[in-house]
Amino acid sequence: MIALVRRDLRHSLSSGGATLVVGFFLLVATLFPFAIGPDAALLAKIGGGVIWTAALLAALLPVERLIGPDLDAGVFDQLAVRGRSMALVAAAKIVAHWLSFGPPLMLAAIVAAGLLGLSGDTLLRVEIGLAIGTPGLAALAVVTSALVAGVRGGGAVSGLVMLPLAVPLLIFGAGSLDPAGSAGAIKLLAAVSLLLVAGAPFVAAAAIRAAMD
Amino acid sequence: MSLAFRDVACVRGGRMLFSGVSFDLAPGDAATVTGPNGIGKSSLIRIAAGLLPPFEGAVSCDADKALLTEASALDSDRTLVAALRFWASLDRAPNPDARVVQALQALDLEALDGIPVRLLSTGQRRRAAIARIAASEAPVWLLDEPANGLDTHSVARLEALIARHRAGGGIALVATHLPLSMPGAQEIGL
Repeated sequence: MIALVRRDLRHSLSSGGATLVVGFFLLVATLFPFAIGPDAALLAKIGGGVIWTAALLAALLPVERLIGPDLDAGVFDQLAVRGRSMALVAAAKIVAHWLSFGPPLMLAAIVAAGLLGLSGDTLLRVEIGLAIGTPGLAALAVVTSALVAGVRGGGAVSGLVMLPLAVPLLIFGAGSLDPAGSAGAIKLLAAVSLLLVAGAPFVAAAAIRAAMD
Repeated sequence: MSLAFRDVACVRGGRMLFSGVSFDLAPGDAATVTGPNGIGKSSLIRIAAGLLPPFEGAVSCDADKALLTEASALDSDRTLVAALRFWASLDRAPNPDARVVQALQALDLEALDGIPVRLLSTGQRRRAAIARIAASEAPVWLLDEPANGLDTHSVARLEALIARHRAGGGIALVATHLPLSMPGAQEIGL
């Protein structure tokens, strides 16, 4: 289990996965000031939502590489022959994926907050939201990757599968930025994230087993 | 310890590939699975590995298995020794590092141990995958076309390796369309 996490983490770091996600995230976040114009008050108002949208799109980026290549290389066959539970393997994938994109994204959010002129207070709420929401996003990414692994041209489909399911994370994540309803939104965000993290290993395992057939 | 098939049938994509396959392998036994392309040799190996459920009949195996398929499952961007160590550390047997060193020696791959897997040739990669099997020390070897891409020298080495595995009380089930010398092996014709 730990060996698996370490292997996946090393793989995604050495293939530049984290840099790619962070770069894409910052790029999307900078597109908004260009599109909307340098209205500081407006940017500060929508900035938190922009960061959440950018995080969602960036989480989509590595989806194709999470399960498919290992499936083709026979890695899951070898794990199954060694009697490893597929749900545990999927859980290890989720942990490794979160480690490779969650913390880097939270660091990049500080930079993005500077670009969008967010207040320190809003940034703090964004960071708390990301800390709670990104595990759910990682779980969703692994599930999506497993679901589309056996499909030709799965990369194009993965956005259509993942983004609708990520909408609750976006709603409650962005909702937590409003000082008035922050506490309730954070709790609901945590509930959605927990549901995704708890259910994802089993869904992903079933999808991987189906794709192995 | 044994590996036994009882009247096993296999259906893939709605088509019956084979049926009524029965055999029994005890420690030291080996069997070759032969037959034309597409008859289900690889499926039989996957059924034996527990990766495919048999359509009919029963498979029993009460020991650890090592599986060799077309996919080598070795991480292409890591060095050969690191890729093998990853799998050895997931095996049940102790001392993964020592087992990997021995397996590399047995397949004459010591000189290549620091080379990234992606730079290995087809034959070298196949030898590396066989080294993963040898390093596992699992009592049951399930080999799907192990001689593919190997030169005559390496085929002889593979035969010696299987003979040594059987002499140590191991079982080998080998699907192959290339002639492999395994004295006393059963033949399962599909």
